[in-house]
Amino acid sequence: MRHTLSITVADEPGELSRIVGLFSARGFNIETISVGKSLDPRWSRVTIVTRGDDRTIQQIVKQCERLARVREVQDVTTRPHIEREMALITVSARAGSERQEVLSLVSVFRAKVVDISHTEMIVEASGNKEKVDTFLELLRPIGVTDITRTGHIAINRLATREETPLAEEVGV
Amino acid sequence: MRARVADPCFMIARQHIDNRFATVAPDQIAEMPTGAEVLIHALVAEGVETIFGYPGGAVLHIYDELWRARERITHYLVRHEQGAVHMAEGYARSTGRVGVVLVTSGPGATNAVTGIANAYMDSTPLVVITGQVPKHLIGTDAFQEVDTVGITRPCVKHNYLVRDAKDLAAVVREAFHLARSGRPGPVVIDIPKDVSAQRVNYSRLDHVSFPFSDKRTPLDHEPAQRALQTILNAKRPVLYVGGGITNSGAGDSLLSFAEALRLPVSPTLMGLGGFPSSHPLCLGMLGMHGTYAANMAVAESDLLVALGVRFDDRVTGKLATFAPQAQVIHVDIDPANIGKNVAPTLPLTGDVRQALDQFHALAQQQGAERLQESIQQRESWWEQIRGWQRSQPLRYAGSQNQIKPQTVIRELHRATKGEALITTDVGQHQMWVAQFYPFTRTRQLITSGGLGTMGFGLPAAIGAQLALRDQLVVAVVGDGGFQMTNQEIATAIQYGLPVKVLIMNNGYLGMVRQWQEMFYDRTYSEVDISVAPDFVKLAEAYGAAGFRAEKPEELRDVIEAGLNHKGIAVMDIVVSKEENVFPIVPAGANARDMIVQ
Repeated sequence: MRHTLSITVADEPGELSRIVGLFSARGFNIETISVGKSLDPRWSRVTIVTRGDDRTIQQIVKQCERLARVREVQDVTTRPHIEREMALITVSARAGSERQEVLSLVSVFRAKVVDISHTEMIVEASGNKEKVDTFLELLRPIGVTDITRTGHIAINRLATREETPLAEEVGV
Repeated sequence: MRARVADPCFMIARQHIDNRFATVAPDQIAEMPTGAEVLIHALVAEGVETIFGYPGGAVLHIYDELWRARERITHYLVRHEQGAVHMAEGYARSTGRVGVVLVTSGPGATNAVTGIANAYMDSTPLVVITGQVPKHLIGTDAFQEVDTVGITRPCVKHNYLVRDAKDLAAVVREAFHLARSGRPGPVVIDIPKDVSAQRVNYSRLDHVSFPFSDKRTPLDHEPAQRALQTILNAKRPVLYVGGGITNSGAGDSLLSFAEALRLPVSPTLMGLGGFPSSHPLCLGMLGMHGTYAANMAVAESDLLVALGVRFDDRVTGKLATFAPQAQVIHVDIDPANIGKNVAPTLPLTGDVRQALDQFHALAQQQGAERLQESIQQRESWWEQIRGWQRSQPLRYAGSQNQIKPQTVIRELHRATKGEALITTDVGQHQMWVAQFYPFTRTRQLITSGGLGTMGFGLPAAIGAQLALRDQLVVAVVGDGGFQMTNQEIATAIQYGLPVKVLIMNNGYLGMVRQWQEMFYDRTYSEVDISVAPDFVKLAEAYGAAGFRAEKPEELRDVIEAGLNHKGIAVMDIVVSKEENVFPIVPAGANARDMIVQ
């Protein structure tokens, strides 16, 4: 099963490679990974999408928790959460029906055109994995020449966040 | 049999100490000290008295300071960095203190990696300080540059690249904390040369604090009670105990709990000494070369109480058929060990000694009747176990004209009255030590368990000898492993550490040969190491005493002579060449596939 792990780790040099190294050394798979600062800039939040049965995921969580600079590992998949991914896609869009088709897909998927030339467009799409995947699938027959995806970020829904006092979340 | 008396054991560097420089008192430090001074100061504050190391370009500033602090910290100059780390391991494992190593950048660090990985696998607290090229050269493929933090990352609890000398004191304090807390392990501090030279504004160490706490959690009452009830109700339980007994100091707690409920105990290799091997409740070691009774008991058990163990493949064999009928209670300080290989029925994260004391206290609250009832319902289990013990005890065929390796260990046990601290390498000799030298106390056996490092025994013995000056320390090694680190005899000579080395010399890489014999149609591919130096002459060349036994009638005298020699003695015992270690559970098999002879 697919799991999204949210790892809070000190924003220090080398900490990301510790996490990534642990995954490769122990044979865990990383489907996507994304990193950014958390609310408290001394801590980064790493979001990793991985696959495995419950025991594997438990092992991953525990192994990550052993790292000295990891403060918290959350399997966000176990609770209501929001997941987003962004993709930048270069697609063929010659003037005429091809460009119209791309634009109509962009509008259906609430994507954005961020660059355009005589023959191509770069479109920006965001949403959950399924949405971005589907958008991409529909663009492919038109002629996709380049893709870059951010990997997932995730956050727990507000209802469950109420249980956690704000101060703890800030980590001060 | 030959001996040589001349032994420059006590010809040590101390004679050459030059008193021109004052030493640094911990409370006196220059106003703007260098990083090297801060480092030494911080080490003294951690109670460090002993460092094993080898100098080089990147650590020159540190060695300069170390010389000034030589009356507070004794540095032991080794002959190879791997030896330094193994010595620190021997020092740490014989005392429970943190072992400290200092090596230079590049090859200094890479040579240390084997020892670091060994310490990581065997949960040994170490702080390894490595020099690094100056900051501005990092990443330029500079002379003696290697990404030490990157290379050691998978085999340390944590590591640091110190970029500013003002962080050093805090880094050292945290490194020691991490090394010894929870499940102990090695920590590496990589210090660029310019950082050790950098002058910093530095006042007192007492103010150094860090926000990362020990993640140790006590056992809750309810699961502890549930564990005890499960144990009391078990009809065929086995206590499967490992290195965690030693690390948590649980030897006495284990003994009293096992005796209170008359529970069978089987230690792992790392657990040997955690429970007295000759105790009637002890089934002997379990696993690949464990006793028949221990492995059968585990296979038939209805409850496995796993204490400070990690279900290593050398213990479990094929996981799917390991202890198939057993419920599992697993107590370990490292939550990641629990459920890693075997999913326990009752997972308990915590300190093993604390858990055992809790179980014992709860047991005593049950009343004598309940305990008696519990003990009685295991009577048939004990009968079954005694049957296995009688039917397949550890045994081997004797010989008139060859020295049997098992006899060597029994003779060593007799000659040392079972009191020696033994270190080993890895391989056949290690298994014979595990089988035929009954250990009676924790920290009595220091062996390379997890990593299986040849060359571990001699330097580990030196480290232990240094920590325990009055203790008889014997390194039992093979002729293969001995040749991987034998240069450290010079270190033992230099510092007058009278370790005894017993070489089980069969001219083969014996364990590999055994596997080739048993599982590869006797194709002895590259295991013949009979082209070797004369170990007696080699010992003498270093200034140690050498002894050799080739015939059974020489064995006793040689061992006596070697052990009674005041200085360093090397006993070259030429044993039967193609002896095998039995029983053996082939890799990936289980107890029922055990080959007993």
